[in-house]
Amino acid sequence: MDYFVLVIAAIFVNNIVLAQYLGNCPFIGTSKDSGVAIGMGLAVVFVGTMAAGITWCVQKFLLGPNDLAYLQTICFILVIAALVQFVEMFLKKVIPPLYKSLGIFLPLITTNCAVLGIAIICQREGFTFIETILFSIASGVGFLLALVVLAGIRERLDLARVPVSLKGTPLALILAGLMSLAFFAFKGMAS
Amino acid sequence: MITASVLVLLGIGFTAAVILAVASKLLYVYEDPRISQVENVLAGANCGGCGFPGCAAAAQGVIDGKAGATVCVIGGDEVATNVAAIMGLEFSSMEKQIAFVDCTGGTRAEETYEYDGVKDCRAQSLLYNGNKMCPEGCLGYGTCVTACQFGAIEMGPDGYPVVDPELCTACGGCAQVCPRGVITIWGTSARIAHLNLETDCLAPCRQRCPGQINIPRYIEQVSRKDYAGALETIRERIPMPLSIGRVCPHPCEGVCRRMHVDESIGINMIKRFVADWEMNSGQRLPIPCSPSNGRKVAVIGGGPAGISCAYFLRRLGYSPTIFESMPKLGGQLRYGIPEYRLPKAVLDWEIQGILDLGIDVEYEKYFGKDFTLDSLKEDGYEAVFLGIGAWMNMTLRIDGEESIGCETGTEFLTKVGLGVDTGIGKKVVVIGGGNTAIDAARSSVRLGAHVTLMYRRTRDEMPANLEEIIGAEEENVNYLFLAAPSRVVSDDNGKVTHMEYIKMALGEPDDSGRRRPVPIEGSETLIEADTIYTAIGQKPELSCLYDDTGNCQLNETKWRTLDAHPDTLQTALPHVFTGGDMHTGPSLVITALGEGRKAARSIHQYLTDGEPHYSSKLQREMIPYTIFTDVPDVGIRAKAKMPHLIECDERTCSFEEIEGAISETETKEETCRCLRCGLTCYNRDMVEGQECTAEDCVKTP
Repeated sequence: MDYFVLVIAAIFVNNIVLAQYLGNCPFIGTSKDSGVAIGMGLAVVFVGTMAAGITWCVQKFLLGPNDLAYLQTICFILVIAALVQFVEMFLKKVIPPLYKSLGIFLPLITTNCAVLGIAIICQREGFTFIETILFSIASGVGFLLALVVLAGIRERLDLARVPVSLKGTPLALILAGLMSLAFFAFKGMAS
Repeated sequence: MITASVLVLLGIGFTAAVILAVASKLLYVYEDPRISQVENVLAGANCGGCGFPGCAAAAQGVIDGKAGATVCVIGGDEVATNVAAIMGLEFSSMEKQIAFVDCTGGTRAEETYEYDGVKDCRAQSLLYNGNKMCPEGCLGYGTCVTACQFGAIEMGPDGYPVVDPELCTACGGCAQVCPRGVITIWGTSARIAHLNLETDCLAPCRQRCPGQINIPRYIEQVSRKDYAGALETIRERIPMPLSIGRVCPHPCEGVCRRMHVDESIGINMIKRFVADWEMNSGQRLPIPCSPSNGRKVAVIGGGPAGISCAYFLRRLGYSPTIFESMPKLGGQLRYGIPEYRLPKAVLDWEIQGILDLGIDVEYEKYFGKDFTLDSLKEDGYEAVFLGIGAWMNMTLRIDGEESIGCETGTEFLTKVGLGVDTGIGKKVVVIGGGNTAIDAARSSVRLGAHVTLMYRRTRDEMPANLEEIIGAEEENVNYLFLAAPSRVVSDDNGKVTHMEYIKMALGEPDDSGRRRPVPIEGSETLIEADTIYTAIGQKPELSCLYDDTGNCQLNETKWRTLDAHPDTLQTALPHVFTGGDMHTGPSLVITALGEGRKAARSIHQYLTDGEPHYSSKLQREMIPYTIFTDVPDVGIRAKAKMPHLIECDERTCSFEEIEGAISETETKEETCRCLRCGLTCYNRDMVEGQECTAEDCVKTP
């Protein structure tokens, strides 16, 4: 497997938000301000990678051998939730500056479908551990990219005259749709 | 299968729980319970006005000691009291802060292009930095109005926002969104400590005034008959409007934009009118001061600079003590400026008002003799302001200078000021062309002498104020131009009988731009004189800075003044600051007052932040694009005439004040002449050349 193709595919072609439609709530919710968007995006990169790594191990050493694949989703949710809690405590104690910048976004990610989605896709595709880590970083970067672009557009639209009924979330959804259409241009460049 | 899945899930859940439990023990971070208590009493608006991202962060900041009880800018005294109670802090009432709109341009400001885009200041400012010709003024789309969460800002009728002081909470939302920096959040302390910036809305007069008084603002307040407000505006920059209203040579009027239409505004007459209004009302207006913080600062020298520094330090909450070598305060104002220009009663009244704010004075204490910088430190003074003025006279360096009857002009004026015998004769020669020379000459006239004023250049080169030169002419002072003293002739008793001088001719201009006088060989002439007063310049007496071993920790400049940073006035010793004539050399009273404020500001910053600081955009020179001579669309209005209280023949035998104040009606008309200039804008009210009367005056602020 060519790692480069894997990364490009995860960022652009199979963008986690715009092509796979995962993680839509933080995509709409935290895209009003580019500063917040960057914080949220980085938190997703960070947690997504750790979660994919841990769940890969859970799958490999616990669920796989015991023939319990049908428990995958519920187990992953449990593991990721506990992981996020742990990471939050760990950062607060050990790396306070990082906690300060990511702190308020971590709880938001606990049950984020993008993070869970990344973990499950890795299993579905049968990635090796290294591929899993690469793919989850790239997917997180894809999420960050989409979020920052949307936030940039929404900041500009704050200055525009928008019909009252479309102000806020409705317009953001339309924008998300248009961006999604634009990302379809990448379709077929890599699978 | 069910058993297995239940067991696995329980296992995972249990493991996670154990890990988290252990982690929460190991990774426990102590959080002060007061954080949540403080957060609960804050206003909860998450407005960010305090500088922290939200109320939770502000609460954290209070616990960390980064912010005091007054952290919440919108909560007011009530919230501050609650926070103080939780933290066990002392709390004294908060200084009222408010959003202040600096720009008065609005619709008056010229536009450079037609803008048809989004009606938002930020959007417009992205396009060629906005369409107003003035690079600093309000763009007028009211982005601040929408930003205000409290409905305190409205777009005024003149195209710039107006703040409702009752509703404004000083949260700073408006200041954040304004792309031009037109709105500032500040209270009295911040206004006092503000130095002119190139980005401020500075009319030419404001740029020129060494005291940086907001002239257009107080003129506008006077025109609305808000005399108290006008005095408050003036007193944010100088403590002595009464004295300045009388003695200032008003450099501001020299750059007045109206000058290019008819005549400049009588700015100083207006100032004098409001200052006299307060004195005649018999009641002193309250001067807002910060609550005392008990920190002691020594102010050495009770002249204009020292008084100004002590006054502003007191207003900023410090406890200054003035050390004065003379029996009374005032410095050159008292001992250099004669009674007929500034009556002592007026000066006393004004100084008393300043001292009543809570300033201590130690009279007849000589610096270097009765106390030193070290002894001040031991007595608990955290900073020192040195403002001993420039009292040492330059000598003529000619023969016979030590004869009886030959004295310096300042010594003579001090004697007159103290009311002691001057020993003046009947034929007086005054040497010099500055204000001190004229003061000495006009005072001599009043003591019944026949006075000749000798100056080595011509009338055009005289550094004295034109009004003073004319005043002396009217009082029959003889001028002897192009004459330099060469020898003092005395009789056998050593008493002056004649003065020998050499005639001069003007040669090439020198460094100062004035033509250099060149002596004409063999033109020595004698003039009869029994008293000679020299007033050819003064410099600071810096010997008091040296200790017994001849060492001095401070530096001198090449002009023999005390060296200091030009913007912070901090000397080589970090806790010592200077200002006034001691720093600048002999200069105007208004310059000394301005330097006193500058030094007070630096001392305040030094004592709170550890070092004084200043912006890179400080306005020092006149801003070139604001100085233009083409001022169209302004009607002609006659300037008020300064009334004289006593006539010429009386003047020569009386020290009574000469200049009077203009009447209320005249003041009103004079304020109406003001064009209310900004950097580039001004009131275009009339067709050029049209005359108008006070009834036409429909100016709005």
